[in-house]
Amino acid sequence: MKILVCIKQVPDMESKFKVAASGTWYDTADLAWRMNEYDEYAVEQAVQLKEQVGDADLTVLCIGGEQVKETMKKALAMGCDRGVHIADDKSAEKEPYQIAGIIAEFARDKGFDLIFTGMQSQDRGSAQVGVLVAELLAIPSISTIVQFTFAGGRIETKRELEGGVKAIVRTSTPALVTCQLGLNTPRYPTLPNIMKAKKKELVSLPVTDLLKVEARQETAKLFFPEKKGGGLVLEGDVGPLADRLIQILKEKTGVLA
Amino acid sequence: MKILLVAEYRDGKLLGSVNELIAFAGKMGAESAMFLVGSDSALPAYAGTLYLADAAACGEFNPDVHKQLLLDVVAREQPEMIVFSHSSYGWDLAPRIACALKAAQVSEVVDVEGDALIVPVCNAKLRRTVKPKTGQTVVTLQAGAFGLADAPVGSPTVEKVAAAGTGKLEFGGYEAAEQGGVDLTKAEVIVSAGRGIGKPENVAMIAALAKALKGEYGASRPVVDSGWVEHKRQVGTTGQSVAPKLYLACGISGAIQHLAGMKKSEFIVAINTDKDAPIGDVADVLVVADLKQFVPMLTEKIQAL
Ligand SMILES: Cc1cc2nc3c(=O)[nH]c(=O)nc-3n(C[C@H](O)[C@H](O)[C@H](O)COP(=O)(O)OP(=O)(O)OC[C@H]3O[C@@H](n4cnc5c(N)ncnc54)[C@H](O)[C@@H]3O)c2cc1C
Ligand SMILES: Nc1ncnc2c1ncn2[C@@H]1O[C@H](COP(=O)(O)O)[C@@H](O)[C@H]1O
Repeated sequence: MKILVCIKQVPDMESKFKVAASGTWYDTADLAWRMNEYDEYAVEQAVQLKEQVGDADLTVLCIGGEQVKETMKKALAMGCDRGVHIADDKSAEKEPYQIAGIIAEFARDKGFDLIFTGMQSQDRGSAQVGVLVAELLAIPSISTIVQFTFAGGRIETKRELEGGVKAIVRTSTPALVTCQLGLNTPRYPTLPNIMKAKKKELVSLPVTDLLKVEARQETAKLFFPEKKGGGLVLEGDVGPLADRLIQILKEKTGVLA
Repeated sequence: MKILLVAEYRDGKLLGSVNELIAFAGKMGAESAMFLVGSDSALPAYAGTLYLADAAACGEFNPDVHKQLLLDVVAREQPEMIVFSHSSYGWDLAPRIACALKAAQVSEVVDVEGDALIVPVCNAKLRRTVKPKTGQTVVTLQAGAFGLADAPVGSPTVEKVAAAGTGKLEFGGYEAAEQGGVDLTKAEVIVSAGRGIGKPENVAMIAALAKALKGEYGASRPVVDSGWVEHKRQVGTTGQSVAPKLYLACGISGAIQHLAGMKKSEFIVAINTDKDAPIGDVADVLVVADLKQFVPMLTEKIQAL
């Protein structure tokens, strides 16, 4: 069985963001980077599937600059067999359709039985790439899954809907699924596995060989939203802060009366 | 401009988000038509043409068939924009339609500015103005971003549509959300734990503050996904929607899906080390502090009152 998992490297969302000089994306200097949270579930599910079927080859793919290799190594340490880095310093400027086009171009004719992606990326969050890849490859896709099982060439999933309701959806492989938070418990790479991962194949391919589609949209501007709340911001030592808050709760709410 | 609105139907009911689609069309000053895979017995209050496919015949969840039905309607109506809710139905079907139409898709639109669309970036810390470059654009709208001042009126002119074929996905029915246990909607005070609590042992600290305030404790999704708190206590789009007198968000960043479940609370206090956390936008008071120090201190002082 051949499995592909697509991951993205994103900044820590607690970072202090600045708008880049281009005015169309955030400044990437001085940020801490990590694996897109949704993709951790995708990697874990792909590794579990590999463990289940035994005879499987699991590729992790990531489009981005040199630095994304760090995140790819984590996926290798979690259990992926090989890495395909699609080298693109300008990946942040690409829109979801282009990212999907690159992935589909790579995956076409490679015979992947299952492709895993996250349901969305935390920074751009378009929730498009996975479904688009499947459409471009003309294979079935199931989005937002919180449960996954595979048996005899069929997958059964639970899709998460609003309010915690789930829909049971089945299909045959080849197929693509997009992974939602809580699908499984992503493993922490162990030290021996981190060491082993260093020896795994990690090839870089130039993006120009795979980018065959044009952008269908462009970013005009990136900006900070106006602060609307106008709520009170309290800072200082915890003791006086707690006293202040109690005072406010007494005045503004009935709960401490 | 002509817009096609894609309404949603689930388990025999038309979803209320249809009003947000109508509000969006109004805001765009656009002529509109609507598409729905639903039923005669649950029609939207909408004064326009409704292309209606029968959910009983083609399946409530059947993306391949819904895609074909919708593409047929798009061919008839030739809309410049096809608008979905950014929901489990919308974000699943929209890319399928965009791909078939070779159209740009702009996801989770929160506002419009001329012909540009505004979407959130990085957990709503930033925003992006996006310009589609294609003749047709597919759009999904963030839940709650567009609202109507008054309930819509009118009844649609129904145009029935049908499809052949079955599709590649097999829908095996719904599984209800977990039932029973704590009913957060009845609590007057809710203290919620977010990922900022750091470890499961710290749930006790949040529960103790809730108890001191004679309320219940809740949680954000990562805390539930990690198994630290049971799902029944999750607040947000895929958990419960609450509106207590007081909501205390401890170590919660304020993602849209969490806000959707608690922003109607009467008074909101957030405790967060990040002064820029989006929760600050809805909080009446933002306490910039480490919850591990602040929460026990607050609990102690409240107990001493
Ligand atoms: C379809 C969908 C449905 C979803 N449904 C829900 C839902 O129902 N409910 C829900 O909650 N989420 C839901 N989510 C997830 C949501 O997008 C966010 O990922 C989630 O709400 C983040 O939870 P959090 O704020 O606890 O964690 P984070 O976003 O990681 O935030 C942690 C916060 O804690 C702060 N912090 C860290 N340390 C401390 C400290 N010592 N003291 C004080 N503050 C600290 C940080 O500054 C940060 O702001 C959904 C997502 C999707 C895609
Ligand atoms: N640069 C990238 N490289 C590899 N996979 C990506 C990239 N960007 C997005 N993806 C995948 O597509 C999913 C959805 O992303 P998005 O459509 O941007 O929200 C992510 O969770 C990843 O699995």
